[in-house]
Amino acid sequence: MEQQTAGGVVKKFLYVNRRAPYGTIYALESLEVVLIGAAFEQDVSLAFLGDGVFQLAKGQDTMALEVKNFSPTFRALADYDVTKIYVDEEALQARGLREADLVIPVEVVSVERMAEIMESQDVILSF
Amino acid sequence: MKFGVVVNEGPYTHQASDTAYQFVKAALAKGHEIYRVFFYHDGVNNGTRLTVPPQDDRNIVKRWSELAAQHKLDLVVCIAAAQRRGLMDKSEAKRNGKDADNLALGFRISGLGQLIEAGIQAERLVVFGD
Amino acid sequence: MLHTVNKSPFEHTALATCLTYARQGSAVLLIEDGVYAAAGDTAVSKQVQEALKRVSIYALKPDVEARGMQNRVMDGIRLVDYGGFVDLVAEHNAVQSWL
Repeated sequence: MEQQTAGGVVKKFLYVNRRAPYGTIYALESLEVVLIGAAFEQDVSLAFLGDGVFQLAKGQDTMALEVKNFSPTFRALADYDVTKIYVDEEALQARGLREADLVIPVEVVSVERMAEIMESQDVILSF
Repeated sequence: MKFGVVVNEGPYTHQASDTAYQFVKAALAKGHEIYRVFFYHDGVNNGTRLTVPPQDDRNIVKRWSELAAQHKLDLVVCIAAAQRRGLMDKSEAKRNGKDADNLALGFRISGLGQLIEAGIQAERLVVFGD
Repeated sequence: MLHTVNKSPFEHTALATCLTYARQGSAVLLIEDGVYAAAGDTAVSKQVQEALKRVSIYALKPDVEARGMQNRVMDGIRLVDYGGFVDLVAEHNAVQSWL
């Protein structure tokens, strides 16, 4: 898991997103950590489970709410070399969503695969 | 062993800060090192020195400050989360043209990078929240 | 891996979700309102007993006692104090908090 490189320690960081956006601030502030954390050149993965999958849904329009729509920010993740984005298959299905309904390309994974991904991490951040 | 701790909820409404405090105290008692306690989301409210709880209630903020003094703990309040919620130290208050500051003793304000760094440097990171 | 659950199983899916992902041999620590899942004779006790065949389940004693649950904890669930919580964290490679 943990590796030593010339640049120092590289750890496997997993951000677990299980909350819907807007109802609470957790989703937005989690994304802020991911973006800041990208500068540290760690091995970063994002997992979306449960209501967390709603963060990635297309068509979010927050104009009337007078808050920032942060869903387009997910598209910037690739520029930060954050490309391991896993979405729980059952969570998507249960919420009537398909991969095509999401704002970025993701890897849709089974519960078993997601459990493996979690098990292989050094640091798990959940908000 | 070196532990990092994250507190995502403010004092009194949720038990998260209490549990984190007891965890940190127990870890120190067992001879472990607390690399950093990082306060994020509403957790930044654990760092206000203006809290005045009733006499018969625990003083959550003061308790953190005292533990920090005893063990030289690094209590870090996330700057972005703190600014959203009106928590600042003297220099931040001055920089933002505010007439008061409210950061409690033993806490410092810094960036989210401190959270990532705690994840890297600590051998275990434990998150307390809602 | 150590999982922590701090929500009542009667109004939140955190425990159910945690148990879905917790792999054979991992540990689950019930804290705060999560300790209500430790009680026998409830709507979720069967699910918890089933899980005990695959994972170790612990409950934080101060939280159990605060909620008056000390005589209702099911066999097989081990009680730990804050020091025991620290030991569990140290013994496992990572901690996942199911907030």
